[in-house]
Amino acid sequence: MKRIPLSALIGLFITSLFLLSAIFADFLAPYGVAEVVGDVWEPASDRFLLGTDSIGRDLLSRMIYGGQVTIFVALTATALSFSLGTSLALIAVVVGGWFDMALSRFIDLIMSIPTLIFALVVLSVVPANLVTLILVMGLLDVTRVYRLARAVAVDINVMDYVEAARLRGEQTVWIVFREILPNALSPLVAELGLRFIFMVLFLSTLSFLGLGIQPPAADWGGIVKENKEGLIYGISAALIPAIAIAALAISVNLVADWVLSKTTSLKGGRNG
Amino acid sequence: MDKQQDNLLIDVRGLKIAARIEIPGEKTEFKEIVHGVDFTLQKGKVLGLIGESGAGKSTIGLSALAYGRGSVEITGGEVWVGGQNILSFGLGELRSFRGQRVTYVSQSAAASFNPSKRLMDQVTETCLRHKLCSREEAEKRAVVLFKRLGLPDAENFGNRYPHQVSGGQLQRAMTAMALCPQPDLVIFDEPTTALDVTTQIDVLAAIKDAIHETGVGALYITHDLAVVAQVSDDIMVLRHGNMVEYGTTEQIIHRPEQDYTRALVSVRSHIAEEKPESGDVLLSIEGVCARYPGLPDDILRDVNIELEAGHTLAVVGESGSGKSTLARVITGLLPPREGRVLFDGKPLTPSLKERSKTDLRELQMIYQMADVAMNPRQTIETIIGRPVEFYFGLKGEEKRRRVIELLDEIELGKDFLDRYPAELSGGQKQRVCIARALAAKPRMIICDEVTSALDPLVAEGILKLLQDLQEIEKVSYLFITHDLATVRAIADSIAVMYKGKVVRYGQKSKVLSPPFDDYTDLLLSSVPEMEQGWLEKAISHRKIASAGH
Repeated sequence: MKRIPLSALIGLFITSLFLLSAIFADFLAPYGVAEVVGDVWEPASDRFLLGTDSIGRDLLSRMIYGGQVTIFVALTATALSFSLGTSLALIAVVVGGWFDMALSRFIDLIMSIPTLIFALVVLSVVPANLVTLILVMGLLDVTRVYRLARAVAVDINVMDYVEAARLRGEQTVWIVFREILPNALSPLVAELGLRFIFMVLFLSTLSFLGLGIQPPAADWGGIVKENKEGLIYGISAALIPAIAIAALAISVNLVADWVLSKTTSLKGGRNG
Repeated sequence: MDKQQDNLLIDVRGLKIAARIEIPGEKTEFKEIVHGVDFTLQKGKVLGLIGESGAGKSTIGLSALAYGRGSVEITGGEVWVGGQNILSFGLGELRSFRGQRVTYVSQSAAASFNPSKRLMDQVTETCLRHKLCSREEAEKRAVVLFKRLGLPDAENFGNRYPHQVSGGQLQRAMTAMALCPQPDLVIFDEPTTALDVTTQIDVLAAIKDAIHETGVGALYITHDLAVVAQVSDDIMVLRHGNMVEYGTTEQIIHRPEQDYTRALVSVRSHIAEEKPESGDVLLSIEGVCARYPGLPDDILRDVNIELEAGHTLAVVGESGSGKSTLARVITGLLPPREGRVLFDGKPLTPSLKERSKTDLRELQMIYQMADVAMNPRQTIETIIGRPVEFYFGLKGEEKRRRVIELLDEIELGKDFLDRYPAELSGGQKQRVCIARALAAKPRMIICDEVTSALDPLVAEGILKLLQDLQEIEKVSYLFITHDLATVRAIADSIAVMYKGKVVRYGQKSKVLSPPFDDYTDLLLSSVPEMEQGWLEKAISHRKIASAGH
């Protein structure tokens, strides 16, 4: 068996730490998410390990609950964009012709509108709740995944084994999911890690602008927003969610890199 | 003795080469791929290195540049060139040595030229880089070499870009590039392998003349004994990184001492009996014209051929003759512009999508590159099992039993069930592709250059297997190939294609006996024969032939 490289181990450790704290938030958090338990911006102490926030809530508890929301929304939106984007792209490539042309130009059209502005407009119209947030984020990201998956699939689609499957009379579904998808997986997995991080950042941006997660619920971007005034007074509360975002981004990418190198060196990888 | 020492160009002693295998997180291992090889080469002589893929012939050739490709390292022995052990050279010394005293001609000239620079700049680059002579002098040398290599319009040839000349011309331009710095030694690494036979003969003759006129020494690396017999003075036969036999060309091809060499010399002497015409036509192609969408010219022009049940029809031609396009028309990937394809008396629908499952099943295809014809993420069981399941609805244990049966038929056995394509050798991969075609119980199989990517001995094994299977399964083959030796071995009837037309068609005995039309004559006389002096005879024969018209 191959040993897991050190960088991947670090990545795995930090990522699973975040995941576990998100899953067991109810047991780990010392206080409720909206519970006012102390003074405004208290420094770190035995009672409040990370201090308190702008209205006296425990920052650690808010970070844990915030992480739960952030990771959940980002994961669901990524899953949505990947399953939809990849399926659409592979079907477009296999079917080809006008279907591919129409879909690809439509995607180009959507991509020409800046994502953040698009999201702001849509979110200010639709009711702000978790479902609409996930849908908007996921659907907007479909365009990026589509472009990548299509580029990868076009190369695979001209391989002789795909032609052999066509000559056999296979349906589109078999060709897409059995012949092309397994061979397109490794670049897609690497992209998955990256896109998950973009989702975290996107959600944080939206919350910071006030259109993401609505108070009193919290996510990391929202916590930065609530505490940003404190920076003027030398209070570091706003930096803690920023550090959490950075740590999550780096650790997930360390894992994605490892998965990428592992899947490419698998039997049948492009270079044997 | 002293005089011989003076004339010695290369002296390789106990050469050992190993590949570095790095496993992340574990220690680096060395796997020896050349196990102690000795040879010498006199000035102005040519040594042929011959062997199958994996024999280490290219690796040994490159060692004369003190170079290991990829993760390959020279781990032992000495390489003396002109009285210096080049393995003791530092990087700076090597840099002035490579490309100046020893140069290299690679297999694929098309991939080795920079497409955005004129040929002249690339041919003279080494001379100028090493400051061997002035630009005028270098260009003068290049023009002389272009003339010597028989390139058209030698004065202006260098002004063209790589994509403006043909593959054969590009290979000659690369030879000019190698000879331009006036080296002591040139390494030719399969310089004609990627060319058509009729082009190969010209390039081969040009290379041979250039070697003789410039008096340069050469290592000529190839897998084709007939080719190397034309150009080299001595031959070294290699296998698995060991020297098998080393002697003069005359001795190797007429009096081989080792069994392996004997097998290489006699390969393809096997010829199948031609089956008599039966009149039982399985496939008939009637007046087919076809072109690719968006292109103005027809690739196929009025093709009429027939294939009888249980017989083999070989479609022969050079690249661009339309033979693979014919396969695409028959399989329905490219609907014909005119004409039709009859299968068992009934017309096949032009487009693949409208064909019935039975039509699809009865017409199978085997590809040239077995590597890309199998999904690298599927096991052999899935690859062969899918048509079994798809066409016959077999599942589970039944399906598995049928796959094992097929694996036995292709002489592989059930150990292969759980393997992935990457774990098989080239010949085994092609066998699996044959099994996949057979799994459909077809009445006809299109074989598109199925042996051209394989080593001669392996290819012979595949041809024998195909013939045996024809006996058992009564299947017909449409055999697309550029290799006339394969045609002789397997065909019952032959169609010779040239620029999209069938120029000669009929039973094998008829097609391969005179009187010939011009193109068939050219094609037949271009196939290298295992005979010294064949090249000169063939060239003069062609001059007579072309003078006669």
